[in-house]
Amino acid sequence: MNGRRDLVAEFRSGNVRGLARAITLVEQRDPSARRLLTALGGELRRPRVVGFTGAPGTGKSTLVDALVALLRRRDRTVAVIAVDPNSPYSGGAILGDRIRMQGHALDPGVYIRSMGARGHLGGLSVATREAVRLLGAFGFQHVILETVGVGQSELEVAAIADSTAVVLTPGSGDGVQMIKAGIMEIADVFVVNKADLPGAQRTVQEVRNLLSLGPKLEWRPPIVTTVAATGEGVEELLEAFERHREHLERSGEGRRRAEARLKDEAADLVAEWARAEARRLLDEDRELAARLLRDRVPYAAADEILTRRLTPGAVDRSSPPAGRGEEARPERS
Amino acid sequence: MASHAPVKPLRIVLAKVGLDGHDRGVKVVARALRDAGYEVIYTGLRQTPEMVVEAALQEDAQVIGLSLHSGAHMTLFPAVIEELKRREAEDIVVFGGGIIPDEDIAELKRMGVAEIFTPGTPLQDIVDWLRRRFPEPGAPAPSAASS
Repeated sequence: MNGRRDLVAEFRSGNVRGLARAITLVEQRDPSARRLLTALGGELRRPRVVGFTGAPGTGKSTLVDALVALLRRRDRTVAVIAVDPNSPYSGGAILGDRIRMQGHALDPGVYIRSMGARGHLGGLSVATREAVRLLGAFGFQHVILETVGVGQSELEVAAIADSTAVVLTPGSGDGVQMIKAGIMEIADVFVVNKADLPGAQRTVQEVRNLLSLGPKLEWRPPIVTTVAATGEGVEELLEAFERHREHLERSGEGRRRAEARLKDEAADLVAEWARAEARRLLDEDRELAARLLRDRVPYAAADEILTRRLTPGAVDRSSPPAGRGEEARPERS
Repeated sequence: MASHAPVKPLRIVLAKVGLDGHDRGVKVVARALRDAGYEVIYTGLRQTPEMVVEAALQEDAQVIGLSLHSGAHMTLFPAVIEELKRREAEDIVVFGGGIIPDEDIAELKRMGVAEIFTPGTPLQDIVDWLRRRFPEPGAPAPSAASS
């Protein structure tokens, strides 16, 4: 209780450490984060969220750095969440995206947070969504999500962003590779970065060809060429994001996406709670565990867990630890 | 709690302070710490004490590791400690590495640097030291964060 007041007060005081701690709690799925988000209820403003994804080495961090610089010149505050993969062996990670963003290291209008993609109990998306919410409450007007397109984390992150940019470079593989990677579908904007390298126009043409093969969409993802290292094309990129935002508003797609996001989030929270409850029951109820091991298939045990936890009035001997109210109800703040 | 508690990896900011560009050592340390299960935030070359501390605060790191080969450790390491005090973040543990004479090591420890590792230190020694200092990875430091 005491800690909670401190957390809320520290957060409201505008101390960056309060924000940083709150994001850690969100990452760790600590119940006090839920309490903080609830307490901040009235202050939650959704920032504009754009996402960047692409293969390693395509220049995403440098591009994000250039976009941050542009937004700062326009007096907008910006937070960056940079997601990097964890080692599948040790679970550790080297998070190195800050290296390219050192120009903003001491700017109070910029906050940069590195996250490991794994080790999120409820999935990366739950933590990221709540982190975005915290960043908005803290007063950041823009949030940029950056994620390496190597697995599924980019899909989770794309679902959170209003607009997602897929970053390519000249010679980064032909169109078939892009289709295989499944990134055509998540792009609202295509960026061909390092456009000063030979082959840039060819890459642009390939993307254009691929887009013309697909279904006719109301929003045709623009292809922006950039040289992130010099800032070339970054204004055009921001304009493309703005046009996409206007499209989202005009077409109603923005509202649909926002609703889908909230539904996803509610479902994710229920799933997170259910997973924790199921694991807890299996740990605590020896008979249930024994039946499961005897059956050698999980279906009966899963049914029993569902019935026990979802049937109104069902007696559950093993009640969850303190803080049950907030923890057990997957309510929205 | 126990078996299904969310993972709480210790977060460590590694930085090169000062003007030297020898980052091979710090990169080797970064890998070793990653392989030990820690989350390493590497911030790159030529960091000022203010930048290092700001990064540690933004990243909610519990540990700062400084690497320096320029000989300016008696200026820059204490400057990081001072900056942590100014930002009311003395609970963040600072260790350092580099070519540092023994008599300076003693002095730096008096100033609040928790440990110094000199060239040739086995990587495992650094990991072991962190494990002793933070028994459960990610668990909050023993309340008195000083050694």
